[in-house]
Amino acid sequence: MTDMSIGRAVKRTEDLRFITGKGHYLDDFGRPHQLYAAFVRSPHAHAEIRKINKAKALKVPGVVAVLTGDELAGDKIGTLICGWVIKGKDGSPHKAPPHPALAVKKVRYVGDHVAVVLGETLAAAKDGAEAVDVDYKTLPAVVDTATAHKAGQPQLHAEAPNNLCYDWELGDKAKTDAAFAGAAHTVKLQFVNNRLVPNAIEPRAAIAEYDAGNGEFTLHTTSQNPHVARLVLSAFIGIAPEHKLRVIAPDVGGGFGSKIFIYPEETVALWAAKKVGRPVKWTAERSESFLSDAHGRDHVTTAELALDKEGKFLAMRVNTVANLGAYLSTFSSAIPTYLYATLLAGQYKTPVIYCDVQGVFTNTTPVDAYRGAGRPEATFVVERLVEEAAAKLKLSPDELRRRNFVQPNEFPYTTPVIHQYDCGDFPRAMREALKLADVPGFAQRKAEAKKRGKLRGLGYSSYIEACGIAPSAAVGALGGGVGLWESATVRFNPTGNVTVHVGTHAHGQSHETTYAQVVADRLGVPFESVEIVHGDTAKTPFGMGTYGSRSAAVGLSAVCKAADKIIEKGKKIAGHLLEASPHDIEFRDGKFRVVGTDKEVNIAQVAFTAYVPHNYPKDLEPGFEETAFFDPLNFSFPAGTHICEVEIDPETGTTEIVNYAAVDDFGKVINPMIVEGQVHGGIVQGVGQALLEGTVYDAEGQLESGSYMDYTMPRADNVPSFKVGTIEVPSPLNPLGVKGCGEAGAIAAPAAVMNAVHDALRAVGVDKVEMPATPHRVWSAIRKAKKKAAK
Amino acid sequence: MDVNVSMTVNGKKVTGKAEPRTLLVQFLRETLGLTGTHVGCDTSQCGACVVHLDGVSVKSCTILAVQCEGKKVTTIEGLAKNGKLHPMQQAFHENHGLQCGFCTPGMIMSAIDLAKRNPKPGETEVREWLEGNICRCTGYHNIVKSIMAGAQASHDWKG
Repeated sequence: MTDMSIGRAVKRTEDLRFITGKGHYLDDFGRPHQLYAAFVRSPHAHAEIRKINKAKALKVPGVVAVLTGDELAGDKIGTLICGWVIKGKDGSPHKAPPHPALAVKKVRYVGDHVAVVLGETLAAAKDGAEAVDVDYKTLPAVVDTATAHKAGQPQLHAEAPNNLCYDWELGDKAKTDAAFAGAAHTVKLQFVNNRLVPNAIEPRAAIAEYDAGNGEFTLHTTSQNPHVARLVLSAFIGIAPEHKLRVIAPDVGGGFGSKIFIYPEETVALWAAKKVGRPVKWTAERSESFLSDAHGRDHVTTAELALDKEGKFLAMRVNTVANLGAYLSTFSSAIPTYLYATLLAGQYKTPVIYCDVQGVFTNTTPVDAYRGAGRPEATFVVERLVEEAAAKLKLSPDELRRRNFVQPNEFPYTTPVIHQYDCGDFPRAMREALKLADVPGFAQRKAEAKKRGKLRGLGYSSYIEACGIAPSAAVGALGGGVGLWESATVRFNPTGNVTVHVGTHAHGQSHETTYAQVVADRLGVPFESVEIVHGDTAKTPFGMGTYGSRSAAVGLSAVCKAADKIIEKGKKIAGHLLEASPHDIEFRDGKFRVVGTDKEVNIAQVAFTAYVPHNYPKDLEPGFEETAFFDPLNFSFPAGTHICEVEIDPETGTTEIVNYAAVDDFGKVINPMIVEGQVHGGIVQGVGQALLEGTVYDAEGQLESGSYMDYTMPRADNVPSFKVGTIEVPSPLNPLGVKGCGEAGAIAAPAAVMNAVHDALRAVGVDKVEMPATPHRVWSAIRKAKKKAAK
Repeated sequence: MDVNVSMTVNGKKVTGKAEPRTLLVQFLRETLGLTGTHVGCDTSQCGACVVHLDGVSVKSCTILAVQCEGKKVTTIEGLAKNGKLHPMQQAFHENHGLQCGFCTPGMIMSAIDLAKRNPKPGETEVREWLEGNICRCTGYHNIVKSIMAGAQASHDWKG
């Protein structure tokens, strides 16, 4: 154990370049002789393209080319894909209409890609884009989630009648209905899970190059998963064979899901680079990010919970209409289905659950995974129902939860919605959270606030998430088109330091530090001698990337496996050097030792021997490098309880978060400093959803909240400092016992905050406020309740 | 039409060509290659581009390069001296005040200006000061902690 070992708050390796301005984000570099790309985007939500006139644009000084969807299709570049096929209630596959990277004949959302203009300078490209004359015939648009699939609406795609992508279900409807029929109590809620714009602070960007000498493409892109980008761009879109396409994701300034997907811009840049024979660079402006980064959430839900007279949950029934936007994005179909309904058991022993989901197309930006992806929506359903049930039954929220928790001795626990939870201690996490939040003191604080004319409320959220995405066979059985294993190569260099090449990608998650902690511990080398390499398909083994809190549980498991292979090979080399059988060699703290003797050799010497094999086992290959792939046996299940305390000013409707406590079980914690940071960030994204962030389209499909002037990003003065704790119930399903911590905050927080808001407002007769609970909404709800009471 | 612009950037006199519409941030990133100053929005909201102009924090996306003629500009690259980090850089490292790092240069430049004005800012003051800087990763918790921890040393730093 050293100060750099697993469990220690090691300061980050990656910090130095970022705090000195030496990071390499995509827009920080370019290629000689490059052109700049500017996209002509649709100003209409739904329109036919009658004609695109390039003439004026081509006369703008510095404009080199104007390219359109017809030319893209003419060059046989394929359409963008969705990698997960959802089968509906009748067994039919979801409707996946063509999604061209540049529109052909029709545009389907504001911001849809109509043409690309290439210029010698960015200014020339932009001026050129302004000068492209597009003749549109506007069509009526469908924007509203809840009614998009009803009869008589404008139709987006001929392939998807009534704008319905799928009508899907999970669970046993008959049993669920029967349980409701016999229930002592039922609770029913209807709500919107609001659409969010991810807003990584680094906008998306790409530099595409084509080398005509060897037919190779290189794409620098802001990606969370460069190998997946290469695979899709190659196998499905047909840019180039996989071995002729290199994808590099350098320092990436945040992702939150939005940089998983394969978008039109990088596709077009690659194609255009070959077509014009020069590198092409594109960097999004923030307003383009708002229009074209895949959005998150956007559900309209009716949810019911049935309970017996003691408050035991009998059944849950949920209907959700999920807005998928104008086209299917890379993984969008799976988010409101297999990443959502499968989590509706929450931490509870609800015996039967039924959920059906209608995925609908609308004339809005495509919707896909955003931090938490389906699991925040599920947690919101479960935890809002539980809290309303507690109020109805006049039980404390913690007591009702306690009566229904899966108990620590009941694992593995199979839910009625597919998952098998491996381990956990839900009551303990809640107990610790109650302490951290000083719940016993709440009544006094509430009374004190009341004297000042303020309303205090307390809200719980006992969430569970399925992370460590994902066991490949399970994913395949549910319609996923990929395997979700992970890979790593551990390479000892001859001089004894270690380079680790991984398939995951860090864009804020601190892998260069945490992975090095694990490798240093496992191989007994100094932390400083370990370098983590990621983000380049030419330098790393094939990997599926970083999302779904998978890097520790899946990626680090592959690293451990590769390190263990190194140790096994090292035993053979050491046995030879020490003139003992490899079976008699033990490895500890960086040394191979003959068991029961003081004969030993350190791993650096073994590495040197492997590369300079002058005295070496005859049957062994030289070199000291091993690659491993890890396919998890199951998802991991981080869980915990978050408790939020709010104070509302009824005169202004403003909600202040005065106290927020979180106790999470992430399994084994590798670096507590980094884990806490992940939780803080997630919580604020959840608070943003609950109180601040509203994506607003008008009836014609114009995005009204398309900039930081209009879309309320959480700022430092919107949130307090947080009280964050962990319990460790190690997962038995991976070598380190880790579960994943990246999304917990965003999953738990919306329900915790909104439960607190509703708790506070119950005192003045308000029973419902939608997210985001803006001052205007809260104030209006209070006024409405007062008027109703006066009658 | 290009004009010549001269200013002192990180202690060095520089001259470069700029269009009248060229923003300071473009001049820094593209003409001088100082890419540590970032652009995260197009409405002067995110604060990733904060630099010091004659010692005061400004958003370099909201001032023209030609307006900086003859002035002193300090960017994130100009903070560390003789291989020694500025105390505010050190404080962000010690307190895990950054994750993806993209907003960080603006945060640090903004924080140093606050520390100059008040070496002992309270949490509320720090949070209100950061109103013009957006971070999507950290939830601000550790940024606030970093600034409070680094303010005194930053205030006293002679560099």
